[in-house]
Amino acid sequence: MSIERHEIEKLAMLSRIAISDSTIVEVSQRLGSVLDLVDQLQGVNTEGVQAMSHPMQAIQRLREDEVSELNQREALQKIAPDTEEGLFLVPKVIE
Amino acid sequence: MKWDTVIGLEVHVQLATKTKIFSGASTAFGAEPNTQACAIDLAMPGTLPVLNKQAVHYAVMFGLAIDAEIGKESAFERKNYFYPDLPKGYQTTQLEKPIVGRGNVEIQLADGSTKNIRIHHAHLEEDAGKSLHEGDFRHGVSGIDLNRAGTPLIEIVSEPDISSAEEAIAFAKKLHSVVTSIGICDGEMSQGSMRFDVNVSVKPSGSDTLGTRTETKNLNSFKFMEECIVKEVERQIDLIEDGGTVIQETRLYNGDTKVARSMRSKEEANDYRYFPCPDLLPVIVTDETIEELRRNLPELPDARQARFVEEYGLSDYDASVLGNDAGMATYFEIAAKTSGSAKLAANWTMGELAARLNNEDISIANSPVSADQLGGLVTRIVDNSISGKMAKEVFEGIWAGEGSADEIIEARGLKQVSDSGALEQMVTDVLAANQEMVDDYINTDEAKRKKKLGGFMGQIMKASKGQANPQQVNQILAKKLNELL
Amino acid sequence: MHNRTIAELINGLQSKEFSSVELTQHFLDRIGDLNPNYNAIITVTAEQALKAAAAADERLAAGNAPAMCGIPILHKDIFCTNGVRTSCGSKMLDNFIPPYNATVVENFEQAGAVVLGKTNMDEFAMGSSNETSFYGSVQNPWDTDCVPGGSSGGSAAAVAARLAPGATATDTGGSIRQPAALCGITGLKPTYGRVSRWGMIAFASSLDQGGPMARTAEDCAIMLSCMASFDDKDSTCIDREVPDYCAALGQDVNGLRIGVPSEYFSKGLNEGTEQAVRTALAKLEEQGAELVEISLPNTGLSVPAYYVIAPAEASANLSRFDGVKYGYRCEDPKDLQDLYSRSRAEGFGEEVQRRILIGTYCLSAGYYEAYYGKAQQVRQLIQRDFEKAFETVDVIMGPTCPSPAFKFGSKGDDPVAMYLEDIYTIATNLAGLPGMSVPCGMVDNKPVGLQIIGNYFDEARILNVAHQYQQITEWHDQAPEGVAS
Repeated sequence: MSIERHEIEKLAMLSRIAISDSTIVEVSQRLGSVLDLVDQLQGVNTEGVQAMSHPMQAIQRLREDEVSELNQREALQKIAPDTEEGLFLVPKVIE
Repeated sequence: MKWDTVIGLEVHVQLATKTKIFSGASTAFGAEPNTQACAIDLAMPGTLPVLNKQAVHYAVMFGLAIDAEIGKESAFERKNYFYPDLPKGYQTTQLEKPIVGRGNVEIQLADGSTKNIRIHHAHLEEDAGKSLHEGDFRHGVSGIDLNRAGTPLIEIVSEPDISSAEEAIAFAKKLHSVVTSIGICDGEMSQGSMRFDVNVSVKPSGSDTLGTRTETKNLNSFKFMEECIVKEVERQIDLIEDGGTVIQETRLYNGDTKVARSMRSKEEANDYRYFPCPDLLPVIVTDETIEELRRNLPELPDARQARFVEEYGLSDYDASVLGNDAGMATYFEIAAKTSGSAKLAANWTMGELAARLNNEDISIANSPVSADQLGGLVTRIVDNSISGKMAKEVFEGIWAGEGSADEIIEARGLKQVSDSGALEQMVTDVLAANQEMVDDYINTDEAKRKKKLGGFMGQIMKASKGQANPQQVNQILAKKLNELL
Repeated sequence: MHNRTIAELINGLQSKEFSSVELTQHFLDRIGDLNPNYNAIITVTAEQALKAAAAADERLAAGNAPAMCGIPILHKDIFCTNGVRTSCGSKMLDNFIPPYNATVVENFEQAGAVVLGKTNMDEFAMGSSNETSFYGSVQNPWDTDCVPGGSSGGSAAAVAARLAPGATATDTGGSIRQPAALCGITGLKPTYGRVSRWGMIAFASSLDQGGPMARTAEDCAIMLSCMASFDDKDSTCIDREVPDYCAALGQDVNGLRIGVPSEYFSKGLNEGTEQAVRTALAKLEEQGAELVEISLPNTGLSVPAYYVIAPAEASANLSRFDGVKYGYRCEDPKDLQDLYSRSRAEGFGEEVQRRILIGTYCLSAGYYEAYYGKAQQVRQLIQRDFEKAFETVDVIMGPTCPSPAFKFGSKGDDPVAMYLEDIYTIATNLAGLPGMSVPCGMVDNKPVGLQIIGNYFDEARILNVAHQYQQITEWHDQAPEGVAS
């Protein structure tokens, strides 16, 4: 199966991964190969079959509404790439 | 050409839980940046969400308050997109199976009519953090504060049943009233506790085909929402009448500059790729839980409004103003019970107090005059300790933090003189000291005498430093003057 | 000392034959000498290890210490270790030092185990050969031209080379069982929800499980007893009592019904591997077990379904790596999009990028139903196959891999060739069942693994079967050349 260049570009945008022009053909080929693999699902009759999101028949536990996490800014920001005045810095966000 | 307006609202309500929807970090307002963002809120590797019970209960309470279907089995999905205030790169929300289904909200319009606005559903989701674009940090960067990330929200989606800005505001205010009355949201608009996205489209009157709609996001004031809707409807009509077409887009409205604009179009290109969140299991709400929440559901605005008419004898109008604002309602009731006079308590609450609070942009929850204190003031008006005019002075005193009504009356010696003996003496003294005025009064035509009374009153009030009980003085003065005729 | 099993080492420590410090130093020395041959370990934590060993010795002296007290282990570099770099085999996290422990790590710490370091792995657990690590490939101790399997290649190689008596690992599509098979050791993937995923960096949330790797089933039982626990920080962790896995090891296999799936002996299966596995099954039959031919008809769909579901979940799980809060950030980002796109393009390796793209594709508008929706339905079919099978058998057995360890680079450029390595293991993850691999023979001087799959929460049983098998065979005692001295 082949994937069009513009599709790859769209996927690259949605997943925020820069794909260079020089590799785009290769990426497309390899992706195509994987899609050939998963296309095997197409012919399967799954009428009336429920989709399975979780392997276990369990339900969501609920947590009591009590504060259990105190200020850990220093420890958590020690490993941040760029902070100032307690804020995480990124290139200007334009709305 | 006549046009119909079609409006749908999506309302984001911050739930007043102590902690985030998926972590145990605090949701308290106003903290230093990133001091309430734990590892889960920061989306650190290996962290996982656990659902806040209170958030679930608050959502169910909302459903019960609007008579909606409760989603006894609901689930969470991931909505995928990249933005710095979204640490995981996806928002955990509900899509296929929301916790609250179809419901109804009745609104009251200025002309007294009512209208039912259908609710499509309400779902739980997590709030994002904040991007700060101006600040004490370097040029050309934005600062991200993730304190708000993970705050529980319910998003309430209406059907496009709203046909005017007026209806939209009435609907928004009604929702505000409901969520604050049942206590699931603090209603502080300035703090972003409630935000509105408005979907607006127009169509030729009577046409069945809906026009293309635009969405204006993140409005957090009723006033701005109204302005925005009016402007947008006008813009769309003008555009179409000029031969153009409305494009589906997301817009932002700046309430300060009164300018609306289209958001950068990347949003349109977004494919959110919703899929069931594998870290969270199906959420089950039992019938027992629903019944318990229903039993303990605080009074709803409509019921309270009716009760105010019945219990306190308030007019429909007064009852609707006080009944629909949870803060004012609570305040009023305390003041009414303390003072024993519902009518006066109502007047003061809706009048003097509301005006002052409005002026200084203070919410009733932060009123410098407490409900008890106002009640105390009203009590002294009722028992004639002070005159209505004096009361205003005392009110100012309480507002300024001088103490209770009694303390101020005592301290300033404002107690109204109602002792008839003292008053009699006072009137006699004034009459004696103002012989020309007395002569003038006697020599005036009977028909014009009444007007002259004001002069005596003025003197008496001046002599008593305003503390003479005016009604009693009037009686005594009239009697004494008559004796002189 | 390094030839002893964990069980034997526990005896040694208890009987004071040696101290934990001596034991730890011994393994640290071995790691220093031998790890360069295999590149199994990314980070050695010598200082912390010796400190922990000293503390363990005190606890042992005081008596009543837990089983794992003083025993040196390695953690796959996917488990967050407080204060110690946790890279997940990726440049993206090369500088990531978590300020918290994974629950698995915490459990071992509480028990007094000694952590020697963090093992190498396929980047973000995506791979079956440990060739995708940022830190270079891991060599198979049995043949250093060959892969050790993946993604837990480092843990497997380290245990095989006796650099540690046991190591933790994770399995999403076979990442414990397959490297265990290729390296001639014993590995177990528990039932989904048995072991907490808190602090275990997520690849595919509904498939990932942490488990032990060691040289014997008994050792795995000892380790699993420590790893398994109920953790309320993981919503998918099941609250169920942890049995004493060692207690049930002694049960004989007389009357045990072993299901042998015809689909696991298919065309792609290496002849030598098949022979070794059938011989193993025959041995169990001799001991009184009953071999039952069964069919798991949807086995062939497991790889396609997995390669939709796992990448889809991964594409969302890896969105958090954006260069904002932690991890790799590209130099001089010119704007926000550049920050994201370049940080991720530079920080993630090719296979990870590929899987993110696949996952994004399968969740995209227009493709969701055909791919993701379909795969989740097929998942249900696969689970039903197992449910039906377990009505007539107690365990299911067959080969772990289609062939022994292959040479580096031999799978060529086609990613799918690599994906088919997991053909026998993947279905177990999709169904959430527990599975093990034990050594059962040699082909071309390279180990072959026998897979044992159990019903939900039946780890005790599969450990028992494995242990019984290891009582009557010696494959698990074999060591790569030059390693056992």
